[in-house]
Amino acid sequence: MTTIAVIDYGMGNLRSVSKALEHVAPAANIIVTSDPKVVGAADRIVFPGQGAMFDCMREMDRFGLRAALHEAAGRKPFLGLCIGLQMLFDRSEEGNIAGLGILAGTVRRFPDAAMHGPDGSRLKVPHMGWNQVAQAKPHPLWQGIKDGERFYYVHSYYADPIDRHCVAGETEHGVPFTAAVARDNIFAVQFHPEKSQAHGLRLLANFVAWNP
Amino acid sequence: MGLAKRIIPCLDVTAGRVVKGVNFVNLRDAGDPIEIASRYDDQGADELTFLDITASSDERDIIVSVIEAVAAQVFIPLTVGGGVRKVEDVRRLLNAGADKVSINTAAVQTPSLVDETCGRYGSQCIVVAIDAKRSATASGWEVFTHGGRRPTGLDVVQWALEMQRRGAGEILLTSMDRDGTRAGFDLELTRAVSEAVTIPVIASGGVGNLAHLAEGVLVGKADAVLAASIFHFGEFTVREAKQFMADRGIEVRW
Repeated sequence: MTTIAVIDYGMGNLRSVSKALEHVAPAANIIVTSDPKVVGAADRIVFPGQGAMFDCMREMDRFGLRAALHEAAGRKPFLGLCIGLQMLFDRSEEGNIAGLGILAGTVRRFPDAAMHGPDGSRLKVPHMGWNQVAQAKPHPLWQGIKDGERFYYVHSYYADPIDRHCVAGETEHGVPFTAAVARDNIFAVQFHPEKSQAHGLRLLANFVAWNP
Repeated sequence: MGLAKRIIPCLDVTAGRVVKGVNFVNLRDAGDPIEIASRYDDQGADELTFLDITASSDERDIIVSVIEAVAAQVFIPLTVGGGVRKVEDVRRLLNAGADKVSINTAAVQTPSLVDETCGRYGSQCIVVAIDAKRSATASGWEVFTHGGRRPTGLDVVQWALEMQRRGAGEILLTSMDRDGTRAGFDLELTRAVSEAVTIPVIASGGVGNLAHLAEGVLVGKADAVLAASIFHFGEFTVREAKQFMADRGIEVRW
């Protein structure tokens, strides 16, 4: 039986994530854990995050998860969600703090000056609601999901990767931004698949079946 | 193309049942919350809001089990409000499966509750609900609490700005003048608040037909529209509401 570790470092609500995984993978053993040993033993890793990246980094370290995350991101199917995507990068403008440095790039805030729609209306931050994801490259996690499908977002910052080859999806909110990144065994999304109804569940099911 | 305008059915829940009345009186039973939530999810609702209108505190746990049951089978964002007083109430609802918690009266009584809960759980999960009534305050609307019964002297636009400053991720704005009347949103109110703040605003109170929903977005500049009775009694489906809005050039999610 495959074991999926949902990493819990006290930031945000992981019930939605674990419920959605249970729904798409009833045969899997889904463990919500903050124990680096459990993370080390799991077959697949889901790395969520909510709130401010500064707090997320601090709490992640408080639980001593950094080494286990680096190790897992180096070889296991690894899915980052929301702040879990942002934390993979070098640095964030939010509190000007360092991330895990697994992917090269900076996490930026939506620029005030660009927050206008084509009709001149003001675009709100947080970027909250259902927006379209343009798939930047084919990937097993996009299987069965149409290009341009909508997913649920809620965030004020987004990742700006240096290596554009890792961009797997893009969304527009005043500026085009990174919706998904993919490299080797890592896939991470800025949106919330666990809250994105059928297409979100499909992405999670694809992750459970993925053998990178 | 960009962010879709959201349609949010609202479920007023008491003693484990969905009810609907005018200004919390003459309540009619509208059904089982889990069944209704699943139906709206099937129809394409973008989010669901649950308002716990239970009067007595000893029945507060019922909403927690309702949310747990809904969250196990409905995979869209769930907002829960009503009777949220303390950080602990927010934690309990988030743990039950709520994605956002709305704070109303308690935000007026203890504004620091908004800072504290946003600091602890993130702005993305804190919605400040404002009940507004036309009055002689600066913007023309005053904040009311206790289900719209108690005036506060606070100006609605100023209050919305303060809640944004304290970290709220979203404003749920209800016109008490329109709530339950089916006469449409107070569009001037909606627009005044939506244009003053940089966070999303959900328009609420007064929806009687689909044109009202479209006006909320087109005239009121709302980021999302909330309605209850037009959906509960089978008058319109969420899908019909989306079609109506799409026909008027509003971007919706299919």
